[in-house]
Amino acid sequence: MIRPDAPHVIEVAHLTRRFGDIVAVNGVSFTVDDGATAALLGGNGAGKTTTLSILLGLLLPTSGTVRVFGEDMVHHRHRVLPRMNFSSPYVDLPKRLSVRENLTIFGHLYGLDRLDERIAALASDLELGAFLDRPHGSLSSGQVTRVSLAKALLNEPRLLILDEPTVSLDPDTGDWVRSFLESYRDRTRATILLASHNMAEVERMCDQVMMMRDGVIVDSGAPGELIRRYGRKTLEEVFLDIARRRARGEEQGAGAETAAPAA
Amino acid sequence: MTRISASTAPAASAAMHAPAAVFSWRRVGAMILRHLYVLRRSWPRILELAYWPTVQLILWGFITTFFLQHSSWVARAAGVLVSAVLLWDVLFRSNLGVALSFIEEMWSRNLGHLFASPLRAYELVASIAIMGLLRTTISVAPAALLAWPLFDVWVFGLGSPLAAFFANLLVMGWCIGLVSSAVVLRFGVAAENFAWLGIFLLAPVSCVYYPVATLPGWLQTVAWSLPSAYVFEGMRAVLYDGVFRADLMWRAVSLNVVYLSLSAGFFLWICRVARLKGLLLRQGE
Repeated sequence: MIRPDAPHVIEVAHLTRRFGDIVAVNGVSFTVDDGATAALLGGNGAGKTTTLSILLGLLLPTSGTVRVFGEDMVHHRHRVLPRMNFSSPYVDLPKRLSVRENLTIFGHLYGLDRLDERIAALASDLELGAFLDRPHGSLSSGQVTRVSLAKALLNEPRLLILDEPTVSLDPDTGDWVRSFLESYRDRTRATILLASHNMAEVERMCDQVMMMRDGVIVDSGAPGELIRRYGRKTLEEVFLDIARRRARGEEQGAGAETAAPAA
Repeated sequence: MTRISASTAPAASAAMHAPAAVFSWRRVGAMILRHLYVLRRSWPRILELAYWPTVQLILWGFITTFFLQHSSWVARAAGVLVSAVLLWDVLFRSNLGVALSFIEEMWSRNLGHLFASPLRAYELVASIAIMGLLRTTISVAPAALLAWPLFDVWVFGLGSPLAAFFANLLVMGWCIGLVSSAVVLRFGVAAENFAWLGIFLLAPVSCVYYPVATLPGWLQTVAWSLPSAYVFEGMRAVLYDGVFRADLMWRAVSLNVVYLSLSAGFFLWICRVARLKGLLLRQGE
């Protein structure tokens, strides 16, 4: 049963994921409130994509629990998958099919009514019209990102999971995508969880940040709160501060001393 | 790119966000549509489907023509080799149709999208099985029709037994295709040759062109564990003796029921293993 009164859209508790001897995610716990835009922030190999994959049900955890809309994603993910969607650079759409064909297939998979109308509206919103009938494999990276977003928004998800949503985009297109996502969030009050190592993006879009490093959430809070706590001007400086303190073996830095537990 | 809005899409309906049904023909149809789109826009693919069965037919047709003059065994039933070629292709193409439909998702790096959607793994199985049927029909039907003008063999003259032969070989092809797909999912596209070539291990013991009695005793035991051996033995009974051996067909059906359950179960188990090992996001060429 879906619990509409679930206090949090996402509840992750003591999540651990090992790949052989490597611990990709190590005892991570956090929650994301309904309507919030949250980010997992960290460098390469921090555990962001692994965490998102577990949230999507694409990967099983070694231990710990993951609940989305109150449902256990290990055993009951099909109860909530129609309310979720995602975009990731690690997956692709069939390249030989046109954009319209790809969206049609996923529209059917999500059981959408008035599918043609919905695709037309998304094509208008995301400016896909010029290449809607072109093979997906012939698109530029900016166009691929917009198509990926269209697929992610097809079912108007209540939870949108985005892995590196603006990676490999030029600054103009990246800014356009961020603005579009803000517009979508404001209109639908959807919950968004994104993984990124783009500090400016996270600072601009998110009201909750989990800083990840080596599979652990080392600090969390609102972007402004983290910046104040560390006495820095930008989130990027906070990130570098954490990374360099760790490199010098100063795990208990000024910020970390006062940081709230990642929960 | 200046206009920013996300306001024109129709609002989500409650039904859209309802828990996914346990089984949905619409989702199965969506996956079939995905492959039909590919076939529709690629005439070379359709021609390729029909190419090998036709070449095989022509080759074995001329061999038959030769044997008709030099072999009393073949001369007793002119259509035996051509029918065997066509029925073997049903098995081969069914296996290939299933495996190809699945492996295309891996080539496309699309599995992550599919497994994070409401699509269930067994709906994926249903869709690739139906694609196996469609690809087999597209492959074998032209060759079966060509056998009439070229070699005076009307394979449809086998009558209703043909449907039984076709169905049994189709299902056995599904089983091999599902196992092959599972192996490729587990070990990656580097293992895809297994999907294309694995079936040829079964060709000698399927006794396509010769009776099971030709095999040494111990290998006959292996042959009788395969539905295909019963089908080809049944085909020869129709062509040589004019009788439909229902006993052979029932044994083929029984074995197929067992093998289909096992192969589908194996595929679904490997899908779970893929989630366990993180294989769904690490696919592609």
